[in-house]
Amino acid sequence: MKIVLCIKQVPDTADIKWTENNTIQREGLESIMNPFDTYGLEAAIKIKNNKDNIEIISITMGPPQAETVIRASLALGADRGFVISDRKFAGADTIATSTTLAGAIKNKIENPDLIICGQFAIDGDTAQTPAMIAQKLGYAQVTYVREILEISDSKIKVKREVEDGIEVIEAELPCVLSMIKPDYKLSRPLINGFRYAQQAEVPFYSMEDIGLSAENVGIKGSPTYVSKAFRPEQKQGGEKIKPETTKDAVSIIMENINV
Amino acid sequence: MSDNENKGILIYAQLTRDFNLLEVVSELSSEAQKLSQKLDGEPVSTVVLTDGTNIEAIRENLKNSGFDKVYILKNEKFKDYSTDIYSKVILDLIREIKPSIMLFGATTQGRDLAPVVASSLNTGLTADCTKLDINEKGQLAATRPTFGGNLMATILCKNYPQMATVRPKVLQIENIQIKDTEYIEKNIELEDLSSRTKIVEFVRTIQETGITLNDADIIVAGGKGVKNESGFNKLKELAALLNGVVGATRGAVDMGLADSSMQVGQTGKTVCPKLYIAVGISGAIQHQVGMCGSKKIIAINSDENAPIFNIADVGIVGDLNLIIPELINELKNRG
Repeated sequence: MKIVLCIKQVPDTADIKWTENNTIQREGLESIMNPFDTYGLEAAIKIKNNKDNIEIISITMGPPQAETVIRASLALGADRGFVISDRKFAGADTIATSTTLAGAIKNKIENPDLIICGQFAIDGDTAQTPAMIAQKLGYAQVTYVREILEISDSKIKVKREVEDGIEVIEAELPCVLSMIKPDYKLSRPLINGFRYAQQAEVPFYSMEDIGLSAENVGIKGSPTYVSKAFRPEQKQGGEKIKPETTKDAVSIIMENINV
Repeated sequence: MSDNENKGILIYAQLTRDFNLLEVVSELSSEAQKLSQKLDGEPVSTVVLTDGTNIEAIRENLKNSGFDKVYILKNEKFKDYSTDIYSKVILDLIREIKPSIMLFGATTQGRDLAPVVASSLNTGLTADCTKLDINEKGQLAATRPTFGGNLMATILCKNYPQMATVRPKVLQIENIQIKDTEYIEKNIELEDLSSRTKIVEFVRTIQETGITLNDADIIVAGGKGVKNESGFNKLKELAALLNGVVGATRGAVDMGLADSSMQVGQTGKTVCPKLYIAVGISGAIQHQVGMCGSKKIIAINSDENAPIFNIADVGIVGDLNLIIPELINELKNRG
């Protein structure tokens, strides 16, 4: 069984500094594996630990340095991975990104059974790419998945979180899952995993390599474009009070909870 | 944009499990009326899918929502939401009525459904918008937070329909103009209405007050400073007295004090309640991202340098273990 893991290298958004022109100050900014993709990786590893003949293939679209997140996934338990990188991919929105990822999966991976993505990427925050990959590949999809419960050769059963509760969903394979944060703790890389990750070959594929053409990728293949970007007004805190007694604290709160 | 044949605004009307209209549908309807005025009064329509058992309730719920047209599409297979079935039906309607704009609430369902529809049409979809407008060229200008709320981007779309999902509880409902609504009821008979997914079980997990974290007007949230389970039980008691719900930081969830469904922040939920009471929360940026849209924030923390005080409207430097029980007593006394 082949599990494809889509991962993205993102800037650590908690750590962003801005230039005067509202662009990101790239210098000194740390790049990390998108946290939601680490939940996806963990879910894939869990399947592999419980089932024979599982191959986990991690893929990423990005600049050459995105190779780092592929190697990180290999250290944690992915079997192989590759990077889809081309200057022509620049400026892709979710439609162009999903076209590219779906194209790479179709072209480079024969009959995948399961595609696992993070529900969100913490930089773009759109949560759209996984569903669009499913549509472009013609696969079933389940979003907001907290946990994979069972998997057979033709079906998967997952726990999905919605606003008012938990749904247990049965889906036909092949299927695209987008993962949210699980209830279990994430594993740490193993020493031999690190060694494997360093030595493994990580191929790079260009637009031509995955059989796509320029009008379908990057800015050209994107139906949306940014017309304006601006920093939001920072919310300003009000007064900070150090009440003398608990009673004082309570009466200040009481005055303020009459909404 | 007058040379295109796409006209009007279409809104996806999501229903609750007991057939009520989600609040966000009214927010979208009110907003769409404003957009329509900037588009020479193009019609505002909505579409709702039903298994047919609740038509009266749906009509009643949509009565004064200000729509020009309401499409009620019926088939017994529409009982439970299914990505495959719902996307197919919505796509057929879009191809038939050719709206210029299509809007969804940015709920789990809206964010599951809209990307499949947009991808099928190869049109643009702007996610989780907090502001909508029509620009001087008559295009939908959809503004959304990105980079963890650090940057706002206004996004335009080259294709039709121009699609967006809109964050619930952000847009204000303003005087909805009541219209003479036309109801179009249709039985949908498609041969290939099959679904590759099915809901085999549903467990309601919302808190005692019966309100979800996303819908709550009041959230009492606890961080690591709450320290233990009995501390969180106190927060639950407080939330119940205020008719609110309990939220938590990632730190508190990782300590096992709260369920992950309660987590607010970057890897949890984004909430916009009227009142957010942050108890023992230092206010890391990852947490702020999920709650800084709250209308009013009260923070209680013993560390006067906690970053939460930078965004709190009312900051109380003090011991939560003394303040919370006393606050509960006070609320009980006032009944």
